[in-house]
Amino acid sequence: MQFLLAFVVVAPLLGAVAALLPAPPGLKGRNPDQAVLRHGVTVTGAVLLAVLVLAAGFDHDHPSKMQATTDISWIPALDVRIHLGTDGISLPLLVLTALLTFLCALHSYFKPPAGPSPKAFVALVLLLESGTLATFAVLDLLLFFLAFEMVLIPMYFLIARWGGDRKQPAAWKFILYTLLGSVIMLLGLLLIGLESGTFDMVALATDNGRGLTTSVQVVAVLAVGLGLAVKTPMWPLHSWLPDAHTAAPTVGSVLLAGVLLKMGTYGFVRILLPVTPDGMQTFAPYLAAFAVVGIIYGSLACLALARPGAKGDLKRLIAYSSVGHMGFVLLGIATMTPTGVNGALFANIAHGLITGLLFFLVGAVKDRYGTADLDTLAGATGAALYGRAPRLGGLLAFAAVASLGLPGLAGFWGEMLTLFGAFDPAEGLSRPAFLTYMSIGALGTLLTAAYMLIVVRRVCMGEQREQPHPVDDVRRHELAAWTPLAALTVLAGLWPAVLLGLTDPAVQKLLAGGKS
Amino acid sequence: MTVAADSAPGAASLVQSVDWLAIAPPVIAASVALIVLVADLFVGERHKPLLGYGAVAGLVAALATLVPLRAGDRSTFCLTDGSQACSYTADHFALVIQALVLGGALLTALLSVGDTRKLPAGEFWFLLLASAAGAALLPAARDLATLVVALEVASLPAFALVGIKRGDRRSSEAALKFFLSSVVATAVMLLGVSFVYATTGTMHLTEIAARLDDVPGRLSTLAEAGVVLTLVGFAFKTAAAPFHFWVPDTYVGAPLPIAAYLSVVGKAVGFSGLVLVTVIGFPSYADVWGPSLAVLAALTMTVGNVAALRQTATRARSAVRLLAWSSVGQAGYLLVPIAAAAYSSDEQIGSTVAYALMYAVVNLGAFAVAALVARSHPGNRLSDYRGLYATRPLAALAMGFFLLCLAGLPPGVIGLFAKVTVFSAAVDAGLGWLAVVMAVNVVIALYYYLRWTAALFTAPEAGTQSGTAPQGPGHRVPAPLTLAIVLTAVAGITLSGAPQLILRFAAVSLF
Repeated sequence: MQFLLAFVVVAPLLGAVAALLPAPPGLKGRNPDQAVLRHGVTVTGAVLLAVLVLAAGFDHDHPSKMQATTDISWIPALDVRIHLGTDGISLPLLVLTALLTFLCALHSYFKPPAGPSPKAFVALVLLLESGTLATFAVLDLLLFFLAFEMVLIPMYFLIARWGGDRKQPAAWKFILYTLLGSVIMLLGLLLIGLESGTFDMVALATDNGRGLTTSVQVVAVLAVGLGLAVKTPMWPLHSWLPDAHTAAPTVGSVLLAGVLLKMGTYGFVRILLPVTPDGMQTFAPYLAAFAVVGIIYGSLACLALARPGAKGDLKRLIAYSSVGHMGFVLLGIATMTPTGVNGALFANIAHGLITGLLFFLVGAVKDRYGTADLDTLAGATGAALYGRAPRLGGLLAFAAVASLGLPGLAGFWGEMLTLFGAFDPAEGLSRPAFLTYMSIGALGTLLTAAYMLIVVRRVCMGEQREQPHPVDDVRRHELAAWTPLAALTVLAGLWPAVLLGLTDPAVQKLLAGGKS
Repeated sequence: MTVAADSAPGAASLVQSVDWLAIAPPVIAASVALIVLVADLFVGERHKPLLGYGAVAGLVAALATLVPLRAGDRSTFCLTDGSQACSYTADHFALVIQALVLGGALLTALLSVGDTRKLPAGEFWFLLLASAAGAALLPAARDLATLVVALEVASLPAFALVGIKRGDRRSSEAALKFFLSSVVATAVMLLGVSFVYATTGTMHLTEIAARLDDVPGRLSTLAEAGVVLTLVGFAFKTAAAPFHFWVPDTYVGAPLPIAAYLSVVGKAVGFSGLVLVTVIGFPSYADVWGPSLAVLAALTMTVGNVAALRQTATRARSAVRLLAWSSVGQAGYLLVPIAAAAYSSDEQIGSTVAYALMYAVVNLGAFAVAALVARSHPGNRLSDYRGLYATRPLAALAMGFFLLCLAGLPPGVIGLFAKVTVFSAAVDAGLGWLAVVMAVNVVIALYYYLRWTAALFTAPEAGTQSGTAPQGPGHRVPAPLTLAIVLTAVAGITLSGAPQLILRFAAVSLF
C-alpha cells in the first residue's frame, strides 16, 4: 500500500525524465512523436492503475484513518519529512487526478497537440501530474508547498507553448499571480510550523489549533488563505483564470479546471480548517461573502458572454462558470460544518468531472469549427449540433445540465449540501448572515441554469443550414476519453454515498481534531 | 553536530606554536600563487597552460586540507594573557565559507583554463590564487586588523583581474570604477575600525563584544558611528544597495570567469565579514545594525530585481548584465538572515550560509553556461540564448535548471528550500514586513529568470539559424569548461535530492 502511494507520486516524475530521453530500441514506434505520446499513455495508465488498486485496497471501514503512510526524514534541518498518506478526503482527488491525466494523455495520443515537439509536452504533463498527486498525498506543510509550486512551471509552458491566441500574456498572468499567492502562503505555513514546532499535518490537525494563539491563527489564515484563494480562485482574485483557460490547449484547460483548482480548496480543508480553527472562525463570514459574490459574479459574467452579439468565447464562459462553482465549494468550507465541508468536497469532485468533460467537448467543437466563439458558431439561429453531430450535441447538453446541478447528476449534491450547510452554520458563526448567503447562492443556481440553457440552445439547437463543410460526430477515441467522465457523473449523481461515505468520517474527524 | 570552539590549551606559553594545519587552506593558496608567479618566468610559451593546471591542483590541495579540519575546533594566533581571544579560528563557519570560496575559485579556474591564451597567464593565475587566499583567510579572521588585511588581499588582486584584458577600454574602465569605489569604502571602513578601537582598546572581536557593553557614555556616539562605518565597507563588497552601482559595469567589463568569481567569492567575502563583525563583534549593538541591515536587505533585493527586470534582450552583453543585477538581488536575500540574527539568535546565520552555498553552485553554473555560449556568440546577448536547446540540449537543460534554482521554483528544489530557510529566518525573527517584501521580490525575479529559461527552449528563428550554422566542428568545447558545467549541474541535482547536505548548516550554531 505505502509503496503504491509512493509509486503514484514518483512514477510520473521518472516518466517525465524518461520522456526526454531517446526511446529505447523496440519502443521506437512509427516515429519519435508517436513513441513519446504512447509513453505518456503508458505512464499515466500505470499510475491510474496503481491509484485504482490503492483505492481498492483502501480500508473503507476506516476512511478517517491515514492509510498507506510513509514517514521518513528528508531534511532534518527544516524538520521536513517525506510523510505521505491518504484518507477519505484525498483518495477521491487522487483518483480524479490520475483519471483526468490519463484521459488527457489518451486524447493527445490520438490528437497530438498543435505546437512544438510532443516530447516536451508529455514530459510537462507528467511533471504536472506528479505535482498534483503529491499535493494530495503529502502530509507535511513544506512538502505541500513544494508540490504546490511544482505545477507552476509545467502549466506555464503548456499554456505558453501549446496555447492559442494571446498565450504569452495569459501564461505570465497565471504564473506570476499564483506564485505571489503561494509565496505568501509559504509565510503563513512557516508561521504555523515555527509557532507550533512541527510541520506535520497530522500532528497539527490532532492538535486542532491548541498550540497556536488566536492572533497567530488569524495571521496564518490570512496568509495561507490568500495563497489558496488565488489558486481556487476566489472572487476577486480570479482574474488570471479566464485568460489562462481561453489560451490554454484543451489538455491544459482540462487539467487546470479539473485538478489544479482543487489544490486550493483541498488546502482549505486539509490545512486551515483543522489546524487553525479559531482563525477560520474569524474569517469564515468574509470567506462566505466572497464565495457568494463569486457565485453571482461568475453566473452574471457567463450570462453576459452567452448573450448574442457578445462575442463570448465558450472556453472563457466555462472558466467563469468555474469561478461560480468554486464559489459553492468555498461557501461549503466557510460554514465549517460537516454537511457544508462534505458538500464542498463533493462539489470539488463533481466540478472536476463535469468541467473536465465540458472542456474536452468545447475543445472538440473548436477543432471542428476552428473557433470557440459563440457568435460565430451559432450564427443567426444556432449551431444546430443536434442535427449535425447528434452525439456531440447530446454530450454537450448532458454536460451542461450536469453543470447546472440537475438532480440525479453529480453537480446537484455538492450545491445542495453546501447550501444546506449554510442553512445551519457552525456554532459561533452568524446564522442570519449565512442564511442570506444561502439565499444568494440559491439565486446563483438559477442564474447558472439560465446561462447553461442559453448555451445549449445556441450551440445544440437551431436551424440546420446547408453546411459549408461536414462536421464529424464523436470519434472513437473521443468516446473513449469522455465516457468515463460521463459515467462517473451519473454514478456520483445517483449514488452519492460512494463519495460521501468516504469523505464524511474523515471530515468529522478533521473538524473535531483530537477530540474524537 | 556539536560545536567545540575551545582554543588550543597551549595558549599560556610565550612562544606561540602555530597550528599549521589550521591555517593550511589560505597558506597553500598563497604559496601556490607565488610558485606560479615565479614559474611563469621559467616556463616556455608552449607550456603556459601547465600554469593553469598547477593553479587548479593548488586549489584542490587547499580544499583537501579542509577535510582533516572538519571537527571545527582549532584556533591559533591566540593572545597569551589568558583571555582566550584568537586571531585565527577554524570553526565551522570559517570552514564552510573556506570551502565555498576555494570551490568557487576552483570553478573559476576551470572556466579560465581554456581562455587564458589571450591573457598574461602567470599574472592571471597569481592574482586569482592570491585573491582566493585572502578570501579564505577572511572567514577565519577574528580580529579587525586581520579582517581588513584579508579583505584587501582578496580585493586588490580582483581590481587587477577585472582590468586584465589589455587594450580593452571597457575592461580598464570597469577596473577603475571598481577600484575607486572600493578604495573609498575601505577608507570609510578603516575610519570605523579606528573609532571602534578608540572606544574599546582592542582589536579582537570577542573582546570588542565584551567591552562594547560598557562603553563610557561620552564615547557611545563614537562607538555607534564606528559600528556603522565598519559595516559600510562590507556592505560594499556584498554589493548591497546603495553600494551596488559598480556591479553591472564591472561584471560586464571583466572577463567572464572573473565576473563569476566576483559574483560568488566576492560576495562571500563581503557577507562573511559582515557576519563576523555583527554577530561576533557587535552583538550589543544589535539594535543599530539589525534594523539597518533589514532595510538594506529590502532595498538591495528590490533595486537588483527591478533593474534586472528592465534589461533588454538585444543589448550587447545583456546576459552578463542580467546576471550582475540578479546577483545584487540575491545579495539582498543573503542579508535577510543576518538582519534576523539581530532579533533572535546567531543560529539564523546558518540560513545565510546555506543560501550562499546554493547560490554559489548554481550561479557559477549559470556563468559556466554563459561562458560556453559566449564562445560562439561573443556579444553575449540574452537573445543569443534563444533556441539553445536545439543546438546544445544538455547545456540548455542545465541552464534552465540553474535559472530555476535561482528563481527558487521546482525542479530547482534546492533553490526553493534555500529560500524557505531564509523566509523562515525572517518569520522566526518577527520580521514579517521583510518577508513580504522578499515574497514580492521572488515573484519579480521569477519573471526575468523564467523569461530567460523560456527563451532557451523556443525554436530558433529562421534567420539566426544560418548565423549559428558555422559553429559546428570548429568550436570544440574545452574539457575544463565542460567539467565545470557538469560539476555544478551534478552538485545542483544532488542537492535537490538531498537538500540536507547544505541545509544542515541552517539549523545549528556555526561558531
